Amino acid sequence: MKILTGNDLRSGAVVWWNGSGWSLFVDDAVDVGEDAAEILAREEAARRVNVPYAIEASIDADGHVRPAHIKDRVRALGPTVRRDLAVPTADKTGWDWVI
Amino acid sequence: MYKYDLYDQAMVDARVAEFRDQARRRLEGKLTEDQFKPLRLMNGLYLQLHAYMLRVAIPYGTLDSRQLEMLADIAERYDRGYGHFTTRQNIQYNWIRLEDAADILADLAKVEMHAIQTSGNCIRNISSDHFAGAAADEVVDPRPYAELMRQWSSFHPEFTYLPRKFKIAVIASDKDRAAMRLHDIGVRIVKRANDSGGEVGAQFYAGGGMGRTPMIAPLIRDFVPIEHFITYAEACLRVYNRYGRRDNKYKARIKILVHELGAAEYTRQVEEEFAHLLSVGVEPPREELARIAAHFADPAFIDGPKTVDRSDPDFALWVDRNTHRHKHDAYVSAVISLKPAGGIPGDATAEQMRVVARLAKQYSFDELRVMHTQNLLLPHVRIADLHAVWSALDAAGLAAPNMDTIEDIIACPGLDYCSLANARSIPLAQRISERFAETGRTEVVGELKLKISGCINACGHHHAGHIGILGVDKKGVENYQLSLGGSEAEDVSLAKITGPGFDEDGVIAAVEKVTDVYLASRAEGERFLDTYRRIGMEPFKEALYG
Amino acid sequence: MAEDIGTSPDEVQFRFREDEIVDHGTVTVDACCDQTNATAVRIEPGDDARLLLPFLDRLALVEINFPAFNDGRGYSAARILREAGYTGELRAVGDVGVDQLSHMRRCGFDSFAPDKRLDEEDAARAFATWANVYQRAADARRTIADKRHEA
Repeated sequence: MKILTGNDLRSGAVVWWNGSGWSLFVDDAVDVGEDAAEILAREEAARRVNVPYAIEASIDADGHVRPAHIKDRVRALGPTVRRDLAVPTADKTGWDWVI
Repeated sequence: MYKYDLYDQAMVDARVAEFRDQARRRLEGKLTEDQFKPLRLMNGLYLQLHAYMLRVAIPYGTLDSRQLEMLADIAERYDRGYGHFTTRQNIQYNWIRLEDAADILADLAKVEMHAIQTSGNCIRNISSDHFAGAAADEVVDPRPYAELMRQWSSFHPEFTYLPRKFKIAVIASDKDRAAMRLHDIGVRIVKRANDSGGEVGAQFYAGGGMGRTPMIAPLIRDFVPIEHFITYAEACLRVYNRYGRRDNKYKARIKILVHELGAAEYTRQVEEEFAHLLSVGVEPPREELARIAAHFADPAFIDGPKTVDRSDPDFALWVDRNTHRHKHDAYVSAVISLKPAGGIPGDATAEQMRVVARLAKQYSFDELRVMHTQNLLLPHVRIADLHAVWSALDAAGLAAPNMDTIEDIIACPGLDYCSLANARSIPLAQRISERFAETGRTEVVGELKLKISGCINACGHHHAGHIGILGVDKKGVENYQLSLGGSEAEDVSLAKITGPGFDEDGVIAAVEKVTDVYLASRAEGERFLDTYRRIGMEPFKEALYG
Repeated sequence: MAEDIGTSPDEVQFRFREDEIVDHGTVTVDACCDQTNATAVRIEPGDDARLLLPFLDRLALVEINFPAFNDGRGYSAARILREAGYTGELRAVGDVGVDQLSHMRRCGFDSFAPDKRLDEEDAARAFATWANVYQRAADARRTIADKRHEA
């Protein structure tokens, strides 16, 4: 699947496109399929999110969204060396798939 | 140390106002990200993986307790309770909001600090010897010259859109503790004999750097009379601004210009520009250097004991490892390690910063330093006070006795924080330091500088490590290249790659194997680097890949 | 005769001169060096401004083009001309934004023709950014160090 991500203009926080807006949680990300370019252009113009971009991802058996690239997996959860600062998520298995 | 006057204060205040306005225009949509990016970068504001990152300048690594306390306050008020000290003697915060950035700059300005030109294609914060003003071996204190350069390079109207970033280091001893020759311009302040007992001048080196094409800066001028110091720097920069490559970001640093022209031709052009600028007159008035230098007068040192009670072995080890000879024999400079075994190199909590600030006030004439090795330093500690200082540091987890050992690892933030990184650096540093601490091998191995970068930009100085590790992305998986034989010191050299890379476990094992070879081969008194230089790469390769 | 290029007077948004504005186009640096009668020239980032030094007396307008704001060669070109005694109009043209104005002014530019007209209020604030300056530059302002040490 193809999902969209970027950093919130005001806070810099990592955000994910949930179909109608931007969420802090990767599990909210939706498959945008062919619409990626159109949504990105529109959101870029709206200037709420810095340099949004499309990435490959998959959904695992438990319904968690897993970005394909290690960089986006780190972005999704937080620094692997400061797990105390992780993005609050119900996904307890998250750290197992980051690296 | 240097104190702002009303002019300096007005300059940073003006910058805060300017940035506040720029941030407002960005938030109002008047500036695109492309337009805003160079502006925020020139105020040290990056966008990293998880948030904005703010890099605060600590000019030539010198600060006082009030400033460190403000850095601690900022860590708590606007970030997540900690900061990260960098290899260019700065501090960066990892979790900053754009909306807060101008307020943070305003708070910094209250204590004579700023984030000016800590990023962007401009002249960056000037770095220097962390022992400046304290070292027994310095010709003069290099910091007044660095401060003169700071003022000259701040908001320089001609050099704000250079081909690429520009880093300058200023030292004043034969020993190089600032990686001077790996800078775009390296300056060594020297004295040459004259009738009145020594004339001060500057040696200029140009075109050094790390990154994807590491180069050691060649000497381009043996002696610039100090009254022409700024004029010569201006000539170096103007030639670079006009002729540095702008067609390819990766070839835009001055090292490529100097390399492509040849040092002799670059020097010729600089000399021509220098002669012209002498006629124009760009040098600050001579009294300015004297005014600045007066701020760096020695504190009132007093005599005292020259030795410590070594009955506590932990204390004695720390004294041996973490203190450095001072120009006054009743004092030493004391390194505060930010490298606890298993810790994150260079990170300090707000609480730790406050402990250090208090110690600086009480025991070091209210002065402290950031080292390029990502440690802190109390420059002037009475030997009589050392035990008290050590006890307080120990209680705060800041007394790891590991300066210049394999635990004293330089590591960039890597893929845990940085948007440029290809691999993580910090976990390697944690595992290696933990392993060597556990097995007790750190002391056996002695001086060994291990430096880790998470990408080719080399913020972790891997080219200059006795052992260097470079993280790369191998088809989406972290992979680490090992290199040996680098040095950032006066015996400067660039490390050579051993061979094929390793995965995370593999590179940690490889570091151990390399130290095995050293221990088995070393001659009396040899450091790792000396042994490597004597026996060459082959025995190490054999152990790693044979 | 080389084809005229460059900006026209009505594209100039800010001008800090009292003399009459040149109302014809500019020629390239090469053309200027070949032609004895050109009085207006346009410098591109890769041009060597020093080629113009023999002709400064006859030049009334030098445009320095910034195809991209982050290519800073034009700042050196401007200073070199002023340092050589050029007193005619020095016009910054191209990708010139609010945040470049104060430094350009210091390097000797006295006229500005940005591709996109700038917000007047933002620009006025930008021109006034620095009440004092650290470096000597083409504007001959007294520096902070000069002021610190004047008798």
